[in-house]
Amino acid sequence: MLEQQLVNALTLGSVYALFSLGFTLVFGVLEVINLSHGAMFMAGSFAALTVVTRLKAPLAVGILAAMLVSGLLGLAIDALILKRLRARHAPHLIPMIATIGATTVLTSAAQGLFGVEVQRFPDELLPTREFIFGSVHVRALELAIVGIAFLLMTTLFLVLRHTRQGRALRAIAESPKAAALLGINVEGLFLATSFTAAALGGVAGLLIGLNFNSVTPLMGQPILHKGIAVVILGGMGDIRGALFGGLFLGFAEVLSKAYLSSQMGDAVAFGLLFLILLVRPAGLFGRVLERKA
Amino acid sequence: MEAFADFWATYSTLIFTVGIHALLALSLWLTLSCGLLSLANAAFMGIGAYTAALLTLHLHWPFPMVLAAGALAPAAVALVIGAPTLRLSGVYLAMATLAFGEVTRILVLNLEITGGPEGLNGIPLLTTWWHILLILAAAGYALARLRRSRMGRAFEAIREDEVAARMMGIDVEGHKLAAFTLGAVLAGLAGALNAHSTFFISPREYGFENAVDILTMTILGGISSLIGPVLGATILTLLPELLRFLHAYRLAVNGLILIGVVLFLPTGLWDSRRLRQLAGAWRTRREGKP
Repeated sequence: MLEQQLVNALTLGSVYALFSLGFTLVFGVLEVINLSHGAMFMAGSFAALTVVTRLKAPLAVGILAAMLVSGLLGLAIDALILKRLRARHAPHLIPMIATIGATTVLTSAAQGLFGVEVQRFPDELLPTREFIFGSVHVRALELAIVGIAFLLMTTLFLVLRHTRQGRALRAIAESPKAAALLGINVEGLFLATSFTAAALGGVAGLLIGLNFNSVTPLMGQPILHKGIAVVILGGMGDIRGALFGGLFLGFAEVLSKAYLSSQMGDAVAFGLLFLILLVRPAGLFGRVLERKA
Repeated sequence: MEAFADFWATYSTLIFTVGIHALLALSLWLTLSCGLLSLANAAFMGIGAYTAALLTLHLHWPFPMVLAAGALAPAAVALVIGAPTLRLSGVYLAMATLAFGEVTRILVLNLEITGGPEGLNGIPLLTTWWHILLILAAAGYALARLRRSRMGRAFEAIREDEVAARMMGIDVEGHKLAAFTLGAVLAGLAGALNAHSTFFISPREYGFENAVDILTMTILGGISSLIGPVLGATILTLLPELLRFLHAYRLAVNGLILIGVVLFLPTGLWDSRRLRQLAGAWRTRREGKP
């Protein structure tokens, strides 16, 4: 029983981590609390669903569609809204409010295009195999979800750590002004960050949509709240923190649902978050914004 | 007279909602006037609504006392959580108040006494139009007086520059707590009035979306004067009714308005300074001066 719960927790936690990674990346680099990240999650799920059901494309193409559609939406929000606010040096609550507006538009558009009912992926597309380790049943789907999440996260880590662009990004996180003086194309990397973060959010949406086989226009809202919890747990803008925070939240949620009560799982998560904010606003592993990406 | 009766029968709920939303927008205006972006006001509204409804349903208190309790209960909560929370600033405060709102919503969803997800049913319809008007007018008057008072000026000083305000000898923590708590009083009042005008309340009405709605109204109207939030609340409450023909796309208009205001009217629709300039320009033109 416990082992089975741990498998569920790992699956959920790795998707939370993937989602929060994009969220925290945008905060670290652009210093924007991007509340439209939940809408990217929803859009990715719908993009994949549409490609898979209407065009009869394989699931792998669905993953690419999720990344592309969400990424482009993120790019559009940055180019059309956030860029202007940056140019104006608007106080950082203003972009946050603008992304709330973008979320409302996208959610409402999804409700208009796809209806409010829960949509499902066709069963024959989902991998049905199960692996049995002792008493634990692991669905191939769960393995794939954990695998894809960790693959993408590792890629992002490696890019940030070892490539020229990654180093430039970290320089921007320290100080956009200094980075610009060093000849770094700051605006271009801002756009690239928005695209990457949204694309990761879109894949996370697809993975959750597959895991529970349910896609709805409102699915972005609860995950956004969890993403906020994760990012605060791990320290805002802290990439490794998002990974650990996501896994932690997955385990806390699944275990408290299993052993306390089904609804209180969320209360535990947010109660914890509230406490952490009061005691350690920089997050559990935070070193007070010393290093942001 | 009959035409009016018809009109009232159709639109009284809507008019009630406008008044209650205006009160909520003013509650957030108060918190924002001290530079605090709080997403807790929807939760405070919920605490007020549930307190009031439970007192009416179980203890049959008279309505004025119910309203007072509906205002004081969230204020007490605000005092308790305010002291530690308000040490945070900017986005951290927004996130902490959001977390507080979620905890409140989940608790209400799970407690026995609040009726769980079904909420509370059969609340007597005690709110009349003049209750709302009276409270709204009283709140408007009190806030207008507050702005010109020592306390209101201190709020403004803190919003503009916290460090400078502290150097001037202003008790920053005390004033922040006061703004936060007074905002909770107004939100709680709005909740108590709302509970007794809709017959039924549920946790769904006091979540994140509602916190965002309140924020949207206040930002749309503008926070440079008290007229702004009331104007914003009125527009955003009436607009969905006018846009019924858009069906599911209705809410998209709210989102577009929010983006538009943030991009093109950063001070909101009602910016006293801009209006004064416009009026001045118009007057000079009319008097034929260059």
